[in-house]
Amino acid sequence: MTGEAVSNGLKKRIIKEIKVNLDKCIGCRACEMACSGFHAEPKFSSTNPARSRIRVIVEDRKDVYLPIRAGDYSSAECAGRNTYTINGKDYSQCSFCTVSCPSRDLFKEPDSDLPLKCDMCESVPPLAEPMCVQVCCCDALTYVEREEVVDVKEVRRDEIDLGLESLISKHGIEKVAKIVAQIARTSKG
Amino acid sequence: MRYAETGFDLEIDLSRGSIERVATDPKLTALYLGGQGTAAKILWDRVPPEIDPLDPENLLIFSTGLLHSTPVPGANRTSVDTFSPQTGRYSHSLFGGFFGPEMKYAGYDKFIFRGKADDLVYLWINNDKVEIRDATHLRGKGAQETALILKEEVGDDNAQVASIGLAGENRVYMASIEHANSSASRGVGVIMGDKRIKAIVVRGTKDVYIAQPTELAEISIPMYKEMYDNKDCGDSMAHGEGDEFHVDNFAWGNARTRRNQFFTKEMEEEWISLEDKLRMRWTGCHNCPKDCHQAINYPGRMPYFQKCYSKLTYAMGSFGDLDFDYNIIGITQEYGMDAYSTPQTIAFAIELYEAGILTDKDLPDFPGADGETVEGYNINTSRFFYLVEKIARREGIGDVLANGIYAAARQIGNGAEEYDHNTIKKFEQVPIKLGYVNYPYFLMYATGEKMNITQIEGSYPQAPIVDKKEREEFVKNWDAAPERFKKWFMEWEPRTNVSLEAAVHICDWNEAMHYIDDAIGTCAFLSSFRGQFGGRPPYHIYNMPDFITRASGIELDSDELWEVARRNRNLVRALNIRRGLRRADERPPEDHWQKREPENEQKLLDMYYEFKGWNNDGIPTRETLDKLGLNYVSKDFIQRGILE
Ligand code: SF4
Ligand code: SF4
Ligand code: SF4
Ligand code: SF4
Repeated sequence: MTGEAVSNGLKKRIIKEIKVNLDKCIGCRACEMACSGFHAEPKFSSTNPARSRIRVIVEDRKDVYLPIRAGDYSSAECAGRNTYTINGKDYSQCSFCTVSCPSRDLFKEPDSDLPLKCDMCESVPPLAEPMCVQVCCCDALTYVEREEVVDVKEVRRDEIDLGLESLISKHGIEKVAKIVAQIARTSKG
Repeated sequence: MRYAETGFDLEIDLSRGSIERVATDPKLTALYLGGQGTAAKILWDRVPPEIDPLDPENLLIFSTGLLHSTPVPGANRTSVDTFSPQTGRYSHSLFGGFFGPEMKYAGYDKFIFRGKADDLVYLWINNDKVEIRDATHLRGKGAQETALILKEEVGDDNAQVASIGLAGENRVYMASIEHANSSASRGVGVIMGDKRIKAIVVRGTKDVYIAQPTELAEISIPMYKEMYDNKDCGDSMAHGEGDEFHVDNFAWGNARTRRNQFFTKEMEEEWISLEDKLRMRWTGCHNCPKDCHQAINYPGRMPYFQKCYSKLTYAMGSFGDLDFDYNIIGITQEYGMDAYSTPQTIAFAIELYEAGILTDKDLPDFPGADGETVEGYNINTSRFFYLVEKIARREGIGDVLANGIYAAARQIGNGAEEYDHNTIKKFEQVPIKLGYVNYPYFLMYATGEKMNITQIEGSYPQAPIVDKKEREEFVKNWDAAPERFKKWFMEWEPRTNVSLEAAVHICDWNEAMHYIDDAIGTCAFLSSFRGQFGGRPPYHIYNMPDFITRASGIELDSDELWEVARRNRNLVRALNIRRGLRRADERPPEDHWQKREPENEQKLLDMYYEFKGWNNDGIPTRETLDKLGLNYVSKDFIQRGILE
């Protein structure tokens, strides 16, 4: 996220957004392949759609093809900032999907259960377009950047925050705190 | 660490109910690459010719291709390999969609089924957890109906399902295996049914590793756009292009009647508007930017996926129209029936009825039996619906027809054999009847092991480009072709045959590319089948080695890759030789071409066999086999007295 100061406390920043046109999706899952490959360590050393931060919900007999990205973690959510085109019409909010919200359990690492989050493929050097958009040739996914003036006091929540928050929601704060303390003790010794 | 492949097969013995995860030998991958290649090796080792295809000891093998689940776009063809009761020989079919990649993510390169369950079962393979579950509640259910029920039953929408319908359950020889937007046919569905497997449900969440990650991504990522923009790959026929070609050039009815210039502008418009009305969406297969499969929602039918030439097979078999075709596939695909051989078998039965060989006794209440006609109504379409039910249920005459045209003709007798005029090696072929023998096609039809011309042809163009300048331009950009083919293409006079020598090489190149695709899992629409139209297949002999090496770590160049194709081709050949295949079987249908050249045809066979290193009877020689590392084959041939 880049930004320049506008006036006190406010900043202009570039909002990166992926528009999703459900009408164009062919259900190929190339986006899952590319995302999981790109986020492997080292890059592309493995593929696994279950680690992808975009998942395509398919119910082929009902003509449901729904690519959703993992947004900031809460117990059930896709990327809230998505714009969806469904049957030719644009929607900017949740709950318009043609299936009941399916994203609840999708975005977790298969081994650790830690939450996955779309990071817009931030990397050095930056990509011209996020990976999923690059491989989605039929333009079901398109990349747009727009400027927005925001309050800088808004804190950016990083992966550790999100991971901890999910653990807390799953196991309760006391248990997590206890384990963190334990780890701190053993790694010191 | 194993790259691209998982290094494990899943062995399931249905008679004993045992399940085993077995590590595979990486040396075999280096030799055969995977898919059909490694499956053929297993069939060779474990299913000797004494085993009848319907014996529990026959194997049914689902194989991923080596490149499935790697970033290489369009690698998703799952290979199904077994022996078929229709031909008594090797049976092989490929299907697209998402199944193979899911198998790998579950941790397996192959599912190998042996034995027979007592009653219908399904497999639930969830990573390491594998269960054989009762499926008797699914008896008689449609293939996709089954898939929907099972996804719910296992509680995972992300699972991939391959299932059979009524036809497979009833051991109909033309039964297919259905999966998502794809089907496997050519004699494999009957074995799934015979083993009493109603469905296989698989879900995987494991990693697949890449040998040279950045290097592979570097060549794979640009491929998406290249394929997407390349109009000469994918299935353009599905998108309406080619309708005219098939309608005017393929034979209608029981592969009999050419209706030249039947296709009109009005028809085209009518068809396009019908398709637009019925189509929900175009879809693709795993990790491929093309969209060859149309999701069709025909009123009153389970939505289904139409692919390839199936939108015309029922229409042309019945002299019906497109609407009828879309209507009846809604039934046949749920029953799980091959859209090539089923309509031909039915058209064959109708001919027998019209000839008085089948009678009202064989076909009680047959539509149109009273001879009454209704203006503007094609009674054949009603007969098709009638016979589909009989065959899928193996009811009455359906029990005979379900054995395929070759066997049915002989069971019916009374002259019915004459009406079996479009089979090769007991298997129904695409209904093509042409004027003058075509050398490379003669060889491909005669010697092909894959049973359908679309799985054999495809790299060398079917006709020369008339304009010399255009042809030069074509050859200049023809990266896919080895030099010798460029020369032959330039020399090719329109409406003449290529030389006998060129024909041998063309057949060899065409089939080699399929053997590669079918080992690594790349879709033929992106390589082996598409070079013949436009000459720009995204994958070809010169760029494939890079993809293979970077994904799997197996070092090989174009010559070595061709060598693998040769090895796999000879091994598949050997499977059939051991089951009795000889030169005498290697003939296209007598009426495939009106004008034949018997002498040159035999010369072609001689030359082709010699080129392949086979003896005069079409049997690979000891020298050929040993050079390819197939010593175990030559040894067996000698022991059995097949070779001296
Ligand atoms: S890559 Fe595009 S078309 Fe393919 S599944 Fe993802 S969103 Fe859909
Ligand atoms: S309802 Fe649709 S838009 Fe809303 S969270 Fe769920 S998937 Fe995303
Ligand atoms: S933008 Fe990048 S991280 Fe986000 S879903 Fe797409 S590929 Fe994955
Ligand atoms: S080219 Fe067509 S048939 Fe082949 S994998 Fe791609 S979408 Fe499927």
